[in-house]
Amino acid sequence: MKRNWLLYPYVVWMILFTVVPILLVFYYSVTVQGGGFSLTMAHYARVFEPLYMSVIWRSIQLALVSTIACFILGYPVAMILANSPDKQQFSLIVLFVVPMWMNFLARTYAWLSIMENNGIINAFLGLIGVGPLSLLYNAGAVVLGMVYNYVPFMVFPIYTVLRKLDPSLIEAAEDLGANPVRSFLKVTFPLSLPGVLSGVTMVFMPSVTTFAISQLLGGGQFTLIGNLIEQQYLRTYDWGFGSALSIILMIIILISMGLMSRSNVYEEGGLI
Amino acid sequence: MDSKVKKFFKVILSASVVVLLLISSGCGGSRQTLNVFNWGDYIDPQVLKDFEEEFDIRVVYEEFDTNEDMYVKIANNSGKYDVAIPSDYMIKRMINEDMLIPIDLSMISNYGGIEERHKRLPFDEDNQYSVPYMWGTVGILYNTTMVDEEVDSWDILWDSKYEKQIFMINSMRDSIGITLKRLGYSLNTKNEREILAARDALLEQKPLVLSYVGDEMKDKMVAGEAALTVAWSGDAAVCISENEDLAYVIPEEGSNIWVDSMVIPKTAQNVEAAHQFINFLCRPEVGLMNAEYIEYASPIGAVREQLPEEVTGDIAFYPGVDDLQNSEVFEDLSDTLEIYDRVWTEVLAR
Repeated sequence: MKRNWLLYPYVVWMILFTVVPILLVFYYSVTVQGGGFSLTMAHYARVFEPLYMSVIWRSIQLALVSTIACFILGYPVAMILANSPDKQQFSLIVLFVVPMWMNFLARTYAWLSIMENNGIINAFLGLIGVGPLSLLYNAGAVVLGMVYNYVPFMVFPIYTVLRKLDPSLIEAAEDLGANPVRSFLKVTFPLSLPGVLSGVTMVFMPSVTTFAISQLLGGGQFTLIGNLIEQQYLRTYDWGFGSALSIILMIIILISMGLMSRSNVYEEGGLI
Repeated sequence: MDSKVKKFFKVILSASVVVLLLISSGCGGSRQTLNVFNWGDYIDPQVLKDFEEEFDIRVVYEEFDTNEDMYVKIANNSGKYDVAIPSDYMIKRMINEDMLIPIDLSMISNYGGIEERHKRLPFDEDNQYSVPYMWGTVGILYNTTMVDEEVDSWDILWDSKYEKQIFMINSMRDSIGITLKRLGYSLNTKNEREILAARDALLEQKPLVLSYVGDEMKDKMVAGEAALTVAWSGDAAVCISENEDLAYVIPEEGSNIWVDSMVIPKTAQNVEAAHQFINFLCRPEVGLMNAEYIEYASPIGAVREQLPEEVTGDIAFYPGVDDLQNSEVFEDLSDTLEIYDRVWTEVLAR
């Protein structure tokens, strides 16, 4: 009984700040702006024009590339973290968390001055007679920004799972004659999949919706679906189209999460 | 929870309660407040302090990035502002949509000090709703060490010689506007064919553009990150004072003359203080402080006379009426706005 009572504030919170806004967004997406209650599907029809489909496709592509890069970078880090002695582990985790205390926009701005034509990297390259290379305002810069910002979201879920892994399982594999590579592939990795999947979700979602990173590091040339939505809301004041885009984006995310949860590994936990 | 941690939180909590009490008692009493909504970095902060002191009114100051941003906030009633400072075409739109209160000029005793050429402008022909704050132009800011030739035309922004050395501003009206000017059309055109021609030109230019920038343009131009950019005159002046290699020019095809003016939205809570504030900003000495701080051109005659000759003599920053014959003030586009919106979305998205 007591537990139920504690739940109410959360339910009220959810209704006010999650359900109602989503309903409002849906309402805007199917009505004519300033036209009272007249229904329209025009906003959705516009989403499916080739121009905007290419933007959505580009967002998904960049988000996938960043997610894979985060996985490749994050998994070994999570393993190193999980296998290091307890005392070290704590300080390593602090090192990972401290940058996240800073506002992510400030950190992304920092990359601007690191990578610009007269920036730190090019100044260094100039000393050894290379460059200047144009590092900013391309797809690589956007992916770098995403990976840099979101890699902790990949590391921590995997780390949590790996840490809970019973070492006797690996010992058993080794006793049965498996070499380290084989015991990793057959035991450690399959058991860490729940962590990997929640990491993938937590990196993919912010990557596919970001607008600040692509605006700053992509120089406004890599319009992603997030930029498109921001532009509709704040600049062109076409809330109907912006809302239709948001709903489509939500559907994309739901589908991708649905696909992943079908693989059943969620049941074993691992979400943090 | 660990008892030490608990104690720590208790201390923090009680400390913040004390601070809160102090703050709320500080601003209690009958002191009036005035809510001002202005562009970012667009006033000398000392001016606000002086006003607070002289009139005993607390100023709550908020900033916006674009006219559209400001419009959305006021239209949705999400902020109750007593004074806002939007630009020409947006003022027209707000007048058309009945969002503004007429300004009682009898309460603006300094209004006479504003030069005649800045009154009765097309967006407010009867001087009913707006009092000019600052004005300027849109032009090309360029780095003379990177550009050898003489810059006098928008065409240079389409010159492949400067591939990836060009900044455009991420502002719909300005970017489409200068493109229309380059093509010889009016920047207020409602002819769809002309707007689509501008779209094609912008798409053709896109591979040459390094970035579509906002306010960060100033730092980047000063640092020599790009050779050429579209810029507002005052921003250009700020950049030039920090890097002497930069120069600003209004191209021959003509450009946009803009006027940012003070208005009182319908949602204002303190109309009297709003008038006092507007009148205060029209004082020559206050106008001078602002003009020196933000480096845009002031519409107040006395300010212009007190500024150094090298500033007011430069036709790039204080152009005469004759220097601006090809240039236009933005007008509200009403229904055509939709086509502009679409074109700009398309240019950025492709």
